[in-house]
Amino acid sequence: MSILIGDDTRLVVQGITGRDGSFHARRMREYGTNVVAGVTPGKGGQLFDDEVPVFNTMAQAVEETGANASVIYVPAAFASGAIYEAADAGVDLVVCITEGLPVGDMTRVMPYLEERGTRLIGPNCPGLIVPGSCKVGILPGSIVEEGPVGIVSRSGTLTYEVIHQLTGAGIGQSTCVGIGGDPIIGTDFVDALEMFEADDRTEAVVLIGEIGGTDEQVAARYAEEQMETPVVGFVAGQTAPPGRTMGHAGAIISGSEGTAEEKMRVFEEHGVSVAERPADIVPAIQTVL
Amino acid sequence: MNIHEYQAKQIFRDHDLPAPPGRVTRDADEASEIAADYGGRVVVKAQVHTGGRGKAGGVKLADDPEEAREAADAILGMDIKGLTVRKVLVTPAVDIESEAYAGIVMDRSRDRPVFMVSPEGGMDIETVAEEKPEAIFRQPIDPAYGLLPHQATTLAYRLYDEPKLAKEAAGILGKLWKAYRGSDATMVEINPLVRTPDDELRAIDAKMNLDDNALFRHPDLEEMRDVEAEDDSERKAREAGLSYIKLDGDVGCCVNGAGLAMATMDLVKYYGGDPANFLDIGGSSSPDKVVSALEIITDDPSVSSILFNIFGGITRCDDVANGIVEATSRLDLDVPITIRLTGTNEEEALEILRDNGFEAMSDMDEAVQRAVEAAG
Repeated sequence: MSILIGDDTRLVVQGITGRDGSFHARRMREYGTNVVAGVTPGKGGQLFDDEVPVFNTMAQAVEETGANASVIYVPAAFASGAIYEAADAGVDLVVCITEGLPVGDMTRVMPYLEERGTRLIGPNCPGLIVPGSCKVGILPGSIVEEGPVGIVSRSGTLTYEVIHQLTGAGIGQSTCVGIGGDPIIGTDFVDALEMFEADDRTEAVVLIGEIGGTDEQVAARYAEEQMETPVVGFVAGQTAPPGRTMGHAGAIISGSEGTAEEKMRVFEEHGVSVAERPADIVPAIQTVL
Repeated sequence: MNIHEYQAKQIFRDHDLPAPPGRVTRDADEASEIAADYGGRVVVKAQVHTGGRGKAGGVKLADDPEEAREAADAILGMDIKGLTVRKVLVTPAVDIESEAYAGIVMDRSRDRPVFMVSPEGGMDIETVAEEKPEAIFRQPIDPAYGLLPHQATTLAYRLYDEPKLAKEAAGILGKLWKAYRGSDATMVEINPLVRTPDDELRAIDAKMNLDDNALFRHPDLEEMRDVEAEDDSERKAREAGLSYIKLDGDVGCCVNGAGLAMATMDLVKYYGGDPANFLDIGGSSSPDKVVSALEIITDDPSVSSILFNIFGGITRCDDVANGIVEATSRLDLDVPITIRLTGTNEEEALEILRDNGFEAMSDMDEAVQRAVEAAG
């Protein structure tokens, strides 16, 4: 088993004819993801790589192909529109890779999705991958391996680094989820932890957080109170200065809130094993497995 | 993006909020002329992107134009929390009966903005939150509906008992919401909201933070960017599409991805070094971006060792290798470079680097240790 995606995922790529959309649509298909449709307004009727039908709208794509998930690679100015469209078309899962969505737009997107029961991953995220089965997003398929560790992270390349080290140590992954680096995101740590806890293949979870906000602290409390699956936590930004946005729009220490130090302390208080460096994650996972 | 008080007050006035008039200048003689134009007492206020200006001596009352000149002279060039004051705002002084606070911030844990008011104005709201939390009143805002009239009224009566003042305050809160929403702000603050002895309300100070990601639809607000207040390297980086923050150390870091960049800085510190910067070259990194990145890092004279940490996903390691080769042939570098690359097109990258006399490592910890040693 896996969480969120798997062999029954029928994926639409929103923005499939664009530079990023087409590149990653190919990588996802190579990996084995069932890409059933693409959407680019004005390009309906074409076939992407001679096989995948392109539609003008999400509604048509879902009607014609029975798609149940979508991934978004459209420019930031159009991305919240693409999320609303996917939700109205009735897919269960929307993964928004696009970076740079205005936070005000996200405050309006979130209640809209909740009313319709649509789950969003991201925005500003690398997506997710189930090793050996399915990938949605941009995570490189070459570094993962099937196994018992669930990964949830606010970051992209740092996640690849951790996966790479785990795979190098012979520890495979059940599902890797990049939830995104923005201040307001669809699926947060607790949502992912809840799914990993319910997943019988996941025997331990690596949680990769960073400075800013309080999601890691909330996740630590959740892990202690609601989970039997052990969690290993890492927090990036121990040397980040306060008040500065560290690349990710959500990675900012506001006043005294959201420091790495505080998050690591709360991890410890609630029984989450703290990895001081990425290289400490492998031994910590070996200990709990 | 941070904007200055005088710019935030301009946005306030555009939304019909009662911000007193004011003019901004970088010249003490002109400050005196502005004071003479207004007549009477004025306040001369430093325009810098930080709080605590008053405590630092950056806000002065002046009874006449000569005092305004002296005040401006003292404030201009002043250093406030590491920032140089280049401009002052001259504004007519307002008599104060009492001071309140009104602000809107993004509440990340609730995915929505929250309105905050307090009758305890004039000091940092974080201080009020610590010392007198019961004096802060909050109202989460449903973004689909905005600030509803009864919410504005309820908040207003937290500030003032008198119906006339409460009604005026409710109007101000409604306009403040419109200014926040209309500018795609992430934070807005009136502190203090002053009640005058004549029972009028005035927004004496204004603070706003705008969402960088929304500036594409606000070209007028983008023009408010104070390029002068930016660090030179940070400006260059922004123009090159790189995310860069200067720090105090000597190990220059060039990394792809913000999380990995932070983790790399942390690791430099872990091994006893000090990172000179945060730098994320981004996802699809062309050789040109690498050249710009190296230029920016080497512009910092305290850098005595450079570390590349690249995990190729979308970023192709060979692109980065080509960028390193090109940059080092173009720039006259006398700083040692440690390169760690792994992932997409790693083999090609290693070959390019070897052919040009560089070696590369594949382990992040080893590379960081070597870069720290090289910094001495």
